[in-house]
Amino acid sequence: MLGKLTIDALPFYSGIAMAGALTVACGAAGVIALITWLGQWRSLWSEWLTSLDHKKIGIMYVILALIMLVRGVVDALMIRTQQAFAFEPHGYLPPDHFDQIFTSHATIMMFFVAMPFVLGLFSMVIPQQIGARQVAFPFMNSAGLWLTVSGAALVMISLVVGRFSAAYWTAYPPQSGMQFSPDVGVDYWIWAVLLSSVGSILAGISCFVTIVKRRAPGMRLMMMPLFTWTALCASILIIFAYPSLIVAAALLGLDRHLGTQFFAGSDGVMNYISLFWIWGHPHVYILILPACGIYSEVVATFSRRRLFGYASLVYSMIAITALSLVVWLHHFYTIGSGADVNAFFGRAAPLIAVPTMVTIVCWSLTIYRGQVQFSVPMLFTLGFIVTFLVGGITGFLFAVIPPSIHDTTFRAAHFHNLLIPGALFGYFAGYQYWFPKAFGFRLEEKWGRRAFWCWIVGFCLAFMPLYILGFMGMPQRLNRSNVADWQPYLIIAQAGVLFIVCGVAFLAVQIAVSIRDRKALAASSNDPWNGRTLEWATASPPAVYNFAAVPRVQSVDPWWALKQAGTADHRPTRFHDILMPGKSGAAIMLGAMSFVFAFAMIWQIWWLAAAGGLGMFAAVVSQTFHDHAGHRIPASEVEAIESRRVLAPVLGREAPT
Amino acid sequence: MTDAVITADPGDEADADAVQRAIEEKIYGFWLCLISDAIIFALLFAIFVVMAQNTADASAGRTLFQLPRIFAATVLLLASSATFGLASVAIAARQRGRVIVWLGMTIMFGLGFVATEITEFHGMAVADAAPWRNGFLSAFFALVGTHGAHVSFGLVWIVLLGCEIALRGPTPIAASRLYRLGLFWHFLIIVWINIFSFVYLPRLL
Repeated sequence: MLGKLTIDALPFYSGIAMAGALTVACGAAGVIALITWLGQWRSLWSEWLTSLDHKKIGIMYVILALIMLVRGVVDALMIRTQQAFAFEPHGYLPPDHFDQIFTSHATIMMFFVAMPFVLGLFSMVIPQQIGARQVAFPFMNSAGLWLTVSGAALVMISLVVGRFSAAYWTAYPPQSGMQFSPDVGVDYWIWAVLLSSVGSILAGISCFVTIVKRRAPGMRLMMMPLFTWTALCASILIIFAYPSLIVAAALLGLDRHLGTQFFAGSDGVMNYISLFWIWGHPHVYILILPACGIYSEVVATFSRRRLFGYASLVYSMIAITALSLVVWLHHFYTIGSGADVNAFFGRAAPLIAVPTMVTIVCWSLTIYRGQVQFSVPMLFTLGFIVTFLVGGITGFLFAVIPPSIHDTTFRAAHFHNLLIPGALFGYFAGYQYWFPKAFGFRLEEKWGRRAFWCWIVGFCLAFMPLYILGFMGMPQRLNRSNVADWQPYLIIAQAGVLFIVCGVAFLAVQIAVSIRDRKALAASSNDPWNGRTLEWATASPPAVYNFAAVPRVQSVDPWWALKQAGTADHRPTRFHDILMPGKSGAAIMLGAMSFVFAFAMIWQIWWLAAAGGLGMFAAVVSQTFHDHAGHRIPASEVEAIESRRVLAPVLGREAPT
Repeated sequence: MTDAVITADPGDEADADAVQRAIEEKIYGFWLCLISDAIIFALLFAIFVVMAQNTADASAGRTLFQLPRIFAATVLLLASSATFGLASVAIAARQRGRVIVWLGMTIMFGLGFVATEITEFHGMAVADAAPWRNGFLSAFFALVGTHGAHVSFGLVWIVLLGCEIALRGPTPIAASRLYRLGLFWHFLIIVWINIFSFVYLPRLL
């Protein structure tokens, strides 16, 4: 009846796991109770969960990313605490539990923090930046969100029911095979990855078509804002790279449950590793390129200058995109692919440093002689530029140094150096920068600054010691050690992660304080930062249709040009009906049913899997046969909305410092 | 910069234009979906090539596959492609009845193909050539089975779209759906031709 699911699936094996399970269960129950108490289920359902509005979908993506960030950081704290104190005899975590936390930390940060953050900012900002009223495929966009949510829910429920994978986030066989991982952990990993991969592809296709087909009249490709360019590049990488991860995860599942022989023997393992990194390397750039786009927007806005070397930046992004598809093997030099193969990839990989350096130079020259304003997004950007240089240079070492630093903590330090300043700081900058766009009031500056300093100090303390430990030869992923020389560095790293925990807490305080003081923080105009690109031409928060009349674009930074020409406040003489997509419950049903299906497959509850599969099918078919073109906003209503916007007090365009 | 800045307005376009634009975007997006799908097949082909020698001393060719059956499957699938093409012609001429008839033929040929494939898989499983026997067979079943699953999925889709056309008539939206389904269906034929050439033929000749 319940397949492999028995009462033993509850985490009685360890007090710490039980505490984690109770936290998740209580958290979920608390949220449900709060919504019920506030009586908000109906409005939540009709205003948010079934919404096809690209802005709301973007906001929900980012909320998912922030919630999962908390979980990921807690995992990091537990890992660091274990390593700091596990010097003879063994710390506080048993090895298997340590490996589970290690795996879930990376899986969550990659698939359920970074990806939703990126896709959320795409969904929120891109249509407004290119002067569109809606994404090309609102339903696909929404389905992408709910499939990702359902993958995240699988990872969370693995804390309560069963256990998560202990085979690390790369799930290399044979460790992820049935012989060494007989429990459901790896299956949770496989299904979480499959669901979020499909969701990412859907969102990527929607983003790509939106950019190609829905730009404002006059906006040629070489007039697109940098963030839009990076979204285009990242979408291409999503469409080309994610299928490889789907193949790797699906075949791993077949090996586990049907006994197929894909990844048996050393040849087979090489197949898996190649498949994984054919996705994995472009994925790094799927995460970093959008951050580069955000940095470009932030640097230009807060330096009050047109971006230096716009064309060079665009060509650099394109070069990085192309190169990222042909360097995957540098993730596993040490596995022994032969001298020729290693030589090819060893020469190709450092080439990426060239366009990367071009971008850094362009940003620096934009700041040079700009009227720089050190607001929170700019702080994150400057922090990134400084620390990212270290990350880039250490990456170089992997191509030239003999294998002694591979598979050590040096490697862990290097990729955290790329993914924390290189990606996460960018998302934070974007989050602070576009928050007033989404909600109409700025985030409080003081707590933002505190969060920034905690993050950057924490990052340096947590990862610079790992570089040193790598040179000292400490292997990555150790759950305990008996080398006394390592321990001081591990304790410093532990201090660093405590700073990062404070950084997360301050970000939470910042939201609370900002909501409390939202009247005082209300954007003095729709354009609080004196922006340059079209998203600042809409109201903040924007009307559901974004633009009552779409501006004609004639240059880079079109909004800036309009403001310079003094025509930014022109109202259209005549309004038109606007056709917008309606609501759809099918996307969230698809997400929910995919969760049921995956959960049932993991526990081999066949009847439930059949029900979940039918539910997914029904959700998609109901949407397919839905021919309503959406709802029409009459011209009179558009005019009323636009008049209210004009009457709102405009206190000037000066951004507060 | 003149004051001719706020002029272009999609609000001006007629509803029919909006529908046309949406259809074009969907076709464009569908090509991207096919690209992702093509990459999945490309990777499965690559795995098959890598695993082709991993036979663990079992039979990997002549005795495993039967040319008449493969030939029949190929003919059935090619015929379904032709009938689908005729359905596309019929919907362009707004002939509801003919669309249904040609789609019905496509379904028959498609079902024939799937049945042939299931017979082949079953025969191989009985003859101790199941997917878990060796790496070659794992890769074979994954590649050909994924294709078969795509064909089955396409058949369900044809049934659904056929119902829609029967109930609502050959509307422009239905025509655009049929166009995209056609892209999918013909794409599967192309994949099959590759399977025939790289998987079956070298082992039968």
